[in-house]
Amino acid sequence: MTERMTGAQALVRALEHVGVDTVFGIPGGAVLPAYDPLYDSTKVRHVLVRHEQGAGHAAEGYAQATGKVGVCMATSGPGATNLVTPIADAYMDSVPIVAITGQVAAPLIGTDAFQEADISGITMPITKHNFLVTEAGDIARTIAEAFHIASTGRPGPVLVDVSKDALQAMTSFSWPPTLQLPGYRPVTRPHSKQIREAARLMAESKRPVLYVGGGVHKARAAAELLRLAELTGIPVITTLMARGTFPDSHPQHLGMPGMHGSVAAVGSLQRSDLVIALGTRFDDRVTGRLDSFAPHAKIVHADIDPAEISKNRHADVPIVGDCREVITELINAVENEHREGRRGDYSAWWTQLNGYKTTYALGYDEPGEGELAPQYVMERLSALVGPDAYYVAGVGQHQMWAAQFIGYEKPGSFINSGGAGTMGFAVPAAMGAKMGRPDSAVWAVDGDGCFQMTNQELATCALEGVPIKVAVINNGNLGMVRQWQTLFYNQRYSNTNLQAVKRIPDFVKLAEAYGCVGLRCERAEDVDATIKKAMEINDVPVVIDFVVHEDAMVWPMVAAGTSNDDIQVARDMAPVWDAEE
Amino acid sequence: MSRHTLSVLVENKPGVLARVAALFSRRGFNIDSLAVGPTEHDDISRMTIVVNVEDLPLEQVTKQLNKLVNVLKIVELDTSLSVQRELMLIKVRADGETRSHVLELVQLFRARCVDVVSDAVTIEVTGTPDKLDAFIRVLEPFGIKELVQSGMVAIGRGARSITDRSLRALDRSA
Repeated sequence: MTERMTGAQALVRALEHVGVDTVFGIPGGAVLPAYDPLYDSTKVRHVLVRHEQGAGHAAEGYAQATGKVGVCMATSGPGATNLVTPIADAYMDSVPIVAITGQVAAPLIGTDAFQEADISGITMPITKHNFLVTEAGDIARTIAEAFHIASTGRPGPVLVDVSKDALQAMTSFSWPPTLQLPGYRPVTRPHSKQIREAARLMAESKRPVLYVGGGVHKARAAAELLRLAELTGIPVITTLMARGTFPDSHPQHLGMPGMHGSVAAVGSLQRSDLVIALGTRFDDRVTGRLDSFAPHAKIVHADIDPAEISKNRHADVPIVGDCREVITELINAVENEHREGRRGDYSAWWTQLNGYKTTYALGYDEPGEGELAPQYVMERLSALVGPDAYYVAGVGQHQMWAAQFIGYEKPGSFINSGGAGTMGFAVPAAMGAKMGRPDSAVWAVDGDGCFQMTNQELATCALEGVPIKVAVINNGNLGMVRQWQTLFYNQRYSNTNLQAVKRIPDFVKLAEAYGCVGLRCERAEDVDATIKKAMEINDVPVVIDFVVHEDAMVWPMVAAGTSNDDIQVARDMAPVWDAEE
Repeated sequence: MSRHTLSVLVENKPGVLARVAALFSRRGFNIDSLAVGPTEHDDISRMTIVVNVEDLPLEQVTKQLNKLVNVLKIVELDTSLSVQRELMLIKVRADGETRSHVLELVQLFRARCVDVVSDAVTIEVTGTPDKLDAFIRVLEPFGIKELVQSGMVAIGRGARSITDRSLRALDRSA
């Protein structure tokens, strides 16, 4: 059935039809026509944020917590350019979001009109795809295409820029539209020959490791991964983007690989004879110096994006496909190997790895008298809040500690900015996650530097009834940068001190000014009570200012540009790898 | 490094050339030559892109290009199995004394004179890059006043067409 309506009405109707229930955004001149029918929509809730960057990160948090496409909306020019950071972030971490921006009227495009920016040109290299729509009749179909592209294949951000006159013009609306995407055909079914070859190598190898990335949870394949791991007995490492995809408490879990990974995880890669990489992309933060990464290993690499395979490290067995299909097929192939009596024997390997696990378990230096260790805060959060909550981190030391010292048991329960490393991600992303999962506790774990980039969204949370918790790990510094200055710049702390002693701003008062409850904790003995108090408050957001000591560092560490073999468990302390050999 | 000729079929839509060009620059690949134009099908444009890269980066270029939603198909055309041509217009100094020499070279290279004035001629020539280079070398002594060259266009030899399957995909989505 076809109905007559404006382009703006068609836009809102299309959003309703694709199942959108929440949109984060800010109106403005060019996008105003869309906000009028949005006002009447009973299906789509628009959340008025305080900065478009917050809208974008909220859409990311919503998407990662729910698995659905997150939506943000902004006007032309500066509204749209404020979305650039979250769009780039979503691109790096393959987060499905659709950004809808108003554009000046089509006749004005290219004239440097008021609030005009070529946002489709600007976002070309940081979107999976983008559209500029100047005809009312194209709006509904384009929205359907945008959601299809964002959510299928390797997920990612899609931007739809709609000119004001297209929103105002009359058109006929019918649903569903026919997608016109002849060049878009993601491959999801893996090649059976490659699967058999991978299973054969797994049975033959002596020192295999499952290197699991964010793509496994994006394919909703955590259950299949657990089955494959237990079926084969192969150790599992989970990257920053995959924390929780395999339970931390599982005896086969070795921890996180990479620059701040566990010795066991990093060591397993370096000593492996077979790396089975699933939904991951051999990022430089994981591989360290590429030419010395996993030097003895054959590589099985499965990813839905063919361009990732052999991009950084040559894959001996390339598998293009959706991780759930890949792992399911792998399980079948391994069972076949077992039936024919071919089963891998990894007992010597496990002896070696368990040695690393016990000798180089994560730890940290006790702080000085009366000082609070940030790692201790993480441990207590993990113990008291537990694995059912969502933890959303910003970027820096606190992010690494949150990855290391919080125990994750559920896929998707750790949300953070991995590839882009976007400071200021946590508060708005936690807001989005909480709106997507209102019945779960959502804790933002933030640094004091990050927190001051986007904390204006606390106002949104307070007014819209989004009771997130924010644990600010306040060391008064841009801590990770300071750590590098400590290690590599002779303790010359150029522009990293945020002067927390002056309490400008006072985070407790700031929280209160935003309509939240503000708490402060400065001593280890108060940590439990403060967290418990925060857990009891469920009607408004809570901000805890954890004042921690500034000299805490993130260990282990593989310094940038060096080999994984040169991992240090603490300053100037290298692990003894093969004492038992 | 070696030269590779890619035929890229794309949807005939605004901005597609910018996407392809931006991808090359963002991923750090240099384009030696690029030609774009319509095909026998209104909805499809064809780009012929010559890149100078090793085999491994070439694979990466092709994969990244394939990810562009507006790209329908990419085929690498082998020099020996395809016809490859560039077009050049070249303005050469030629007066009464030298004109006949120049025209003799035009004949030899199976080029054409497209404009003549008292002290210059403008020549149109097509061919492989090697042939055009040779032509430039023999004309240089007369004095080249101006030169313009197209990107390379290329088509596979034989009866097969690379557009057939892409056309079917277009039909399905319409």
